[in-house]
Amino acid sequence: MSSEPRHQALIDTLGAELTPVRRLPPPWLRAFGWLLVVAAIAAALLMHYGTAPMLRRWAGAPDLAWAAAGAVLTTACAAWAAFALGVPGRSRAWAWLPLPGALLWIGASGLGCLRTWLAPGTSVASLHQSTDCLVFIISFSIPLSALMILLLRRACPLRPIRTAILVGLASAAASASLLEICHAYDAAATDLLTHALAVAIVIAANAAMGGRLLSRR
Amino acid sequence: MSLLTTDTVWVLYDGIAPPSDRRVHVSADNANADASPERRRAAWMAAAQAGDRVAYERVLADSLALIRNVARHHRVPVDALDDVVQETLLTVHRVRHTYDPARSYDAWLAAIAGRRAIDMLRGHGRRQRRETHDEFAFEQLAGHEDASAVSERAQEASRLHAAIAGLPPGQREAVEQLGLKERSLAEAASETGRNTGALKVNLHRALKALRGRLHGDS
Repeated sequence: MSSEPRHQALIDTLGAELTPVRRLPPPWLRAFGWLLVVAAIAAALLMHYGTAPMLRRWAGAPDLAWAAAGAVLTTACAAWAAFALGVPGRSRAWAWLPLPGALLWIGASGLGCLRTWLAPGTSVASLHQSTDCLVFIISFSIPLSALMILLLRRACPLRPIRTAILVGLASAAASASLLEICHAYDAAATDLLTHALAVAIVIAANAAMGGRLLSRR
Repeated sequence: MSLLTTDTVWVLYDGIAPPSDRRVHVSADNANADASPERRRAAWMAAAQAGDRVAYERVLADSLALIRNVARHHRVPVDALDDVVQETLLTVHRVRHTYDPARSYDAWLAAIAGRRAIDMLRGHGRRQRRETHDEFAFEQLAGHEDASAVSERAQEASRLHAAIAGLPPGQREAVEQLGLKERSLAEAASETGRNTGALKVNLHRALKALRGRLHGDS
C-alpha cells in the first residue's frame, strides 16, 4: 500500500524519539492521593472546630450522619471514577460508580427536611446564612477541582467532559463533606437547595472549563 | 482468564461491551512466537515503556491494521484512514505512559484510535459545512457573476463607447458599420458611399486607436 512508507517514516521518527517513561500509577492510587489532600483539610478543620459538635448533631439526628456518609462515599467514588476514565480503554460504566453514594447523600438530606425536631446545636438557616454554605462549597471546590484536573492532565481522558463532570462531583461532594464538620444548620429545604445549587454550579463550571483543560490533541 | 482477541476488540470497543477492565497477564516471555498477537503487542509496549526502541517500532507497525479497523468501524472515509493512523500513532507516543501492561493493549489502542477517528469525522464535517467542493463549485457557480463582475463589465462597455465616440468621423463610421452593426464590407460601402479599401483602412486605424486608448499601448 502506498501509505505504508509514510507510516513507517513516522514510526521510525517516533522510535528515534523514544525515551523510557514512568508508568501512570493505577487510578485507585491516584484517587487515594487526592483524597489524602481532602483528608488533610478535614483534619485541619476538625482541629479547629473539634469533633464534639458534629458527633452531637449526628447522635441527635442520624439522617445528618447518613447524608455525610453519602457525601464522603460520593467523593471517593467520583474521584476513583474520574481517574479511571482518565486512562484510555477503561469502560465508560465507571461514570456510574458514584451513583449509590450520591443517592444516599441526596436521599438522607431530603429525608432530613421531613424531620419535625431540630438536631442538637443547630438552627434552621436563613437565606442569608445558607449563602455561607454556597460560598464554602464553591471556595473549597475550586482548589480541589484544580488539583484533580492538574493530576488528570498527566493521564489521557478521552472523554474530557464526562471526566470533568466527575471532577466537579468529587470536588463538590468533598467540599460538602468538609462543610459537615462546621455546619451548624439543620437540614431544611433552603439549606438543601443551597447545597444542591452549589454542587450544580461546581459541576457545570467543571464541565465548561475542565472539559477544555482536559482535552488534548 | 478471559482475553479479548484482536478481531473482536474493536467491535467491543467504546462501551458496546466493557472493553478492557479485565486483566491480561503479560511478561517479557509472552513476546515469543507462541504468544497470541495481543499478548505479544502488550509485551512489546511494556518493553517500549522501558525504552526498548525495537519493541516500540514493532508494536507500532503491528498496530496499523487494528487502528484502520477501528477507523473503518467508525465509518471514516477511506481517504482519511491514513490520517487517523498517523494521528493515533502520535497520540500513542505522547500517552504511552498511560498503558498498564496488566491490561489489554488492544483495548487501550482501540480507545485512542476511536477518539482520533471521531475527531477526524468532526473535523471533516466542519470542513464540509464551511467549504464548497470543487466540482459543486464549478457546476453551481461557473458562469454566474457576482455584483462586482457585472459592474466591471458595465464600466468597460461605457469606456468602449466613449472611446468610439472620440474617434475621427471616418474611423467611427467604419467601426459602427463593420463592428457594431456587423455589416459586410459591400453593405457598409453602399451605406456610407465610401469604397471598401477606405473602410478597411479606417477600421484598421480605428482598432489601433481604440487599443491604444483602452489598454494604454499606442
